[in-house]
Amino acid sequence: MTEPGRAFDEMHEADQVRPAYAGIDAWLKAHGREALAAKRAEAEALFRRVGITFAVYGEGGDPERLIPFDVIPRILARAEWNRLATGLTQRVRALNMFMADVYGKQEILAAGLIPRALVLENEAYRPEMAGFRPPGGIYSHISGIDLVRTGADDFYVLEDNCRTPSGVSYMLENREAMLRLFPGLCANHRLAPVGHYPEDLLETLKEAAPPNCPGEPSVAILTPGHFNSAYYEHCFLADEMGVEVVEGADLFVRDDVVYMRTTAGPRRVDVLYRRIDDEYLDPTVFRPDSMLGVPGIFAAYRAGNVTLANAPGAGIADDKAIYPFVPEMIRFYLGETALLQNVPTFLCEREEERAYVLANMAELVVKLARGSGGYGMLIGPHSTPEQREEFARRILARPADYIAQPTLALSTVPTLAGDSIAPRHVDLRPYVLTGKEVRIVPGGLTRVALREGSLVVNSSQGGGTKDTWVVDPSPPPGQSQSQSQRGAGQSQSQSQSQG
Amino acid sequence: MLSRTADSLFWMGRYTERAGNLARGMQVALRMSGLGSSLGGPEEGLLNEWHSLLVAAGAEPGYREHHAAVTAEAVIRWLALDARNPSSIAACIEAARGNGRAVRTALTVDMWEALNDTWREMRLLAPTAADADRLPGFLDWVRARAHLFNGAAADTMLRDEGWLFVHLGVMLERADNTARLLDSKHDALAGPGSEGAVAYAQWQALLRSVSALRSFQWLYHTRLRPGLVAEMLVVRPELPRSLVSCHGRVLHALEGIAEATGGRRGDPQRIAAEIQDRLAKGRMEDILARGLHDWLTAQINRNIELGRAIQALYLSG
Repeated sequence: MTEPGRAFDEMHEADQVRPAYAGIDAWLKAHGREALAAKRAEAEALFRRVGITFAVYGEGGDPERLIPFDVIPRILARAEWNRLATGLTQRVRALNMFMADVYGKQEILAAGLIPRALVLENEAYRPEMAGFRPPGGIYSHISGIDLVRTGADDFYVLEDNCRTPSGVSYMLENREAMLRLFPGLCANHRLAPVGHYPEDLLETLKEAAPPNCPGEPSVAILTPGHFNSAYYEHCFLADEMGVEVVEGADLFVRDDVVYMRTTAGPRRVDVLYRRIDDEYLDPTVFRPDSMLGVPGIFAAYRAGNVTLANAPGAGIADDKAIYPFVPEMIRFYLGETALLQNVPTFLCEREEERAYVLANMAELVVKLARGSGGYGMLIGPHSTPEQREEFARRILARPADYIAQPTLALSTVPTLAGDSIAPRHVDLRPYVLTGKEVRIVPGGLTRVALREGSLVVNSSQGGGTKDTWVVDPSPPPGQSQSQSQRGAGQSQSQSQSQG
Repeated sequence: MLSRTADSLFWMGRYTERAGNLARGMQVALRMSGLGSSLGGPEEGLLNEWHSLLVAAGAEPGYREHHAAVTAEAVIRWLALDARNPSSIAACIEAARGNGRAVRTALTVDMWEALNDTWREMRLLAPTAADADRLPGFLDWVRARAHLFNGAAADTMLRDEGWLFVHLGVMLERADNTARLLDSKHDALAGPGSEGAVAYAQWQALLRSVSALRSFQWLYHTRLRPGLVAEMLVVRPELPRSLVSCHGRVLHALEGIAEATGGRRGDPQRIAAEIQDRLAKGRMEDILARGLHDWLTAQINRNIELGRAIQALYLSG
């Protein structure tokens, strides 16, 4: 880790521009701030028109908001990305094996590597899943792993998201926007494409087809409906994959088989990419008052007639109290050392660690073990004594609900802030797909804290996004010349034969 | 196609059309009350215009709950912008947009913009936007917005199942509206009141409401006569809002839907074919002889039955 307060600058080293950012640097120097501001306005108009909004209800104001998009891309060199991708693959494989284990033989608990109660008494653990093995033994088909960077080679996993990670539509739309706004700049970089994500997703979902699937798997996305903040993304992905986006009321279960209600009569569904939480999936098994789910769907799942992706109970793997044990899982299941580092984490329910947290709150980030979206979080260095007292009271009242981590100096990337370009802290969420193989499109979603000094990147807390570029080094000049010569030769011969 | 999607598309079409038709109905009533003093009709007769519109729009029971008496101002407000009336123009626009929003990806951008802009503009209107002198302008706006939506759908929508359900909704609603409008004036067409200046003004207003006053002259080259007016609105295929035209489109859409759903057909096609058959073969003299009001009542009931059959086979899933 770098010393606190001095964040790693992803674009500059001392006063030098890092090679991966040379093209961006040249563009920024050649074009004024006004050109950049004009591009920003153009981007915003584009997003409004396409309707890429996230819904925020119940807070007044415009219920359909834009997530701010920053036009300066965040760049990762190919070699950096390759290291990350290997680490991500390793981590997600271990997480899936962990879930198969805790819902199966529970060997890691028997070995005493993770406290039994921490898993089995965890709210995210679903006893209903015990003894059931989903197709391929995969629980988290779509995982979002949040990474932060603190140095040239220092990447940390901030948290794992194994339930219903969102935001991938922004990754895709951000790239579309960049290709449109900066065609020349994009062409000058050897940019790894991301546009095949929906195909990879569909392939992954089809590979998850249940044992009793009668033929080509029929896939659909299950959404809570248009009041959900990610509804746009549900429709977007369905559209891109060419599958239906369904609500609970569009489905029914007969003889443990799930059907969609269509104008042509009932149509069987084999794989559901569900974007509703476990609790709401099936009122006969989970929350009885759920209007969003489908009665009987869990039984259909266990009967091998439908696959739910991600699996119910996958939340046990991304629980913040389980997180400290992921390196242990990797050693236990894969016999490997974790390639991606964990942030040191203090569990407040452990007396010793709690004492440390309470004594050092001004230096730590305190989080709810089961919170998300940046709510209920204390960033020690930015907090007032009153806030720290308040959090200390909360920790003492419900210690198991809180964890704490050192405040990381999140890396920065130049960002258009007001009329000037200034460094802003970023994180990265790559999306890891697990089917018969692991698939990751290069990059992911970069979230940026737009307020100066802020470390909170969540969109609900004033965060924005950037396009994430994984860039191959430019080929040596000779190679590119011979390629363009060949191209010219072809077009000549074509026009000759036409003549 | 998901039944829910089809349901939303169908009702989006119906509500858009209903808003436009309500505006057409109000234009008739408005014209009649504007002619009131020159025709020397009793005050009560003029109020009857608004009252019969309330009845035709199915809005009377709700109105009575909130009003002691029928007055022109109160009825106009109730039918135009009152949020308490679930079948006001404002409520129809709200419902159409709500249905459209729920299936946003099934719409083209042009359709969505037509729908959404109507809704946004309406939300900016003051409660008095349809009062007195402002009413004609408001009603023209509503009709124009319905035209815009229909044009956007016709010009941009893929000719697949989705289009067929929107079109079906529009045409079924339009058929229903023409029948109801005619019925609200059956006295002036076939009853004891079918003579004199007031009746003549009624026929004119009726034709205007379906944009057919000039068309009448082109078709018949004669002075308005009640039998011909009824004939035009019921069985003349040249008039796009006649019953026979609308039901022809309804049947056509239903045949397309049966094809698109792998031959799934049943009561909707059967009922629609029966209705269309009667309209195509029917002679106006026979209908008038039987009694226009009775015939229209039966027709309106058949429409309701058809709507239910469509709901049951395709939309409820």
